[in-house]
Amino acid sequence: MIQIEGVSHHIGTAQILRDISTSLPEGRLTALIGPNGAGKSTLLRLIGRLEPLQAGRITVDEHDVARCPTGCLARVMAILGQQTAIASRLRLSELVGFGRWPHHQGRPSADDHARVAEALDAFALTPLAGRFLDEVSGGQAQRAHIAMAFAQDTPWLLLDEPLNNLDMSHARALMVRLRGLVADGGRSVAMVVHEINYAAAWADHVVAMKDGRIFATGAPAEVLTEEVLSALYDASIRVGQHHGRPLVLHHA
Amino acid sequence: MRLVPALSMALAALMLASLTVGAANVDLRGIFRDPQAMLVLLESRLPRTLAVTLTGAALSVAGVLIQVLVRNRFVGPDTSGTAEGAALGLLAITILAPTSALWLRMGAAALGAMATTALFVTVIRRLPPREVMLVPIAGLVLSGVLGAVVTFIGWQTDLMQYVGAWLYSGEFSGVIAGRYELLWIAGLAAGLAWLAADRFVILALGQQVATGLGLSTAAVMRLGLLVVSVVTAMVVTTVGMIPFVGLVVPNLVSRIMGDNLRASLPVVALAGALLVLACDLIGRLAIHPYELPAGLILGVLGAGLFLWLLHKRPSHG
Ligand SMILES: Nc1ncnc2c1ncn2[C@@H]1O[C@H](COP(=O)(O)OP(=O)(O)O)[C@@H](O)[C@H]1O
Ligand SMILES: [Mg+2]
Repeated sequence: MIQIEGVSHHIGTAQILRDISTSLPEGRLTALIGPNGAGKSTLLRLIGRLEPLQAGRITVDEHDVARCPTGCLARVMAILGQQTAIASRLRLSELVGFGRWPHHQGRPSADDHARVAEALDAFALTPLAGRFLDEVSGGQAQRAHIAMAFAQDTPWLLLDEPLNNLDMSHARALMVRLRGLVADGGRSVAMVVHEINYAAAWADHVVAMKDGRIFATGAPAEVLTEEVLSALYDASIRVGQHHGRPLVLHHA
Repeated sequence: MRLVPALSMALAALMLASLTVGAANVDLRGIFRDPQAMLVLLESRLPRTLAVTLTGAALSVAGVLIQVLVRNRFVGPDTSGTAEGAALGLLAITILAPTSALWLRMGAAALGAMATTALFVTVIRRLPPREVMLVPIAGLVLSGVLGAVVTFIGWQTDLMQYVGAWLYSGEFSGVIAGRYELLWIAGLAAGLAWLAADRFVILALGQQVATGLGLSTAAVMRLGLLVVSVVTAMVVTTVGMIPFVGLVVPNLVSRIMGDNLRASLPVVALAGALLVLACDLIGRLAIHPYELPAGLILGVLGAGLFLWLLHKRPSHG
């Protein structure tokens, strides 16, 4: 479980997060939703210790992120940030290979190689494995970054808008893959999702944020309602049903 | 990679050529029957050849590292204030303790280089990462300012001759046995960088990815800084700064085989040695029996190579 207690965050004089307390359940797929600038990325970055914690406490499976050595945390959670642009000319297989680094620190075993191959295969990157990052499309590069986090093979996977740049079929394939990790692999996923129907279709738990605060949390059926969403996005939003799951309609 | 054997063979061939070329005629086939030729070989030709090879290899590796540290491809140890810092250190020790031992001078040069390079890296890391062209400009400005300070002090203290030798005329004609061995330290430092190759690649992927993978970047940055400074300081102290290698070679190799440093650093080192050795040979042959400084040839050749690099698109495939 990820436990967040009394977390606040400032950048300069701007208050980005205000006294956030919530928890993300273990063995579930959690979706973070909310309007632009709500603080979703900031919260995810704080959990993933990409940003130093200013106030409050965050624990991931009992590991205090402010105290635990960063190398140890890298075997507990893998995080994919929202900005993935990198300047290095690495082949996709090399990039994904670095996902295994927390486990082998430079001496990959046969098992490490197998997991890299598996991750490349899982995201349909095997035919592109020998290409350089600056020679593939944005969506293919995005899949390589996700595959790298996947190869890290940690109990927790934190993804900030992983569906960016992905076409419909790759987006769905990613969600199926993540569901599989949660259902069969006993892993936990927390992801920021922009397209709310992905949360509606695939998430077990939804955390809605607005203006640096938690706006609502709960099962998709509880959070993805017309009242909550309309207030969250300051727009009138209709919600229907599809196969027993909420279906959010943008065009109402 | 097939590049390594190919480059190794080319380097071996050039090293052999370097052993035979010079004012005095040395025939390698009869070397054991000719004590005079043996003396020239051991006292002058071999040290020179090794000095050139070590300098080219180590400076190229240092170039990769400074590019990783500031996350920009358009800098080298000659445009990061590093060489000028080494010269400042050398000036300080020459003025304060003119008769100091070699290891003290070496230490002063390394410390000076480390201080100015750290300054450069700190300044650059505060710039917004998108300002790609600001980085080389900042490096050139810093090098220019520090160079002016060095020159000013050099004039005031009548040490201009040394300053010129350290910064403005990298060449190998003065190399003899006993006066180049510091360069082995540069070679060793470059080797040390190879041991941490993976860490440097992760560092280049950015703070976010590095933290995510559990790498503490501060220690890796310090190691990079140390290697760049030691390599440059040893080169400045023994043969004088050689321009362009540290900029051009890393770029060329990155174009061809990417930035996976564990595989590419050996190629960078070989290619750097090859380039500087070729320049030194051209310098020795162009107006035989006189010599042009290798640094001069490299300035011309390096500038040409760099322009070509800027215009050539990376190959796709
Ligand atoms: N470097 C920064 N300086 C000032 N404000 C920032 C900075 N980075 C983010 N913010 C602000 O913090 C708020 C939360 O940002 P973020 O966590 O990225 O939101 P989200 O991911 O929910 O869209 C936004 O209002 C954004 O403008
Ligand atoms: Mg965001």
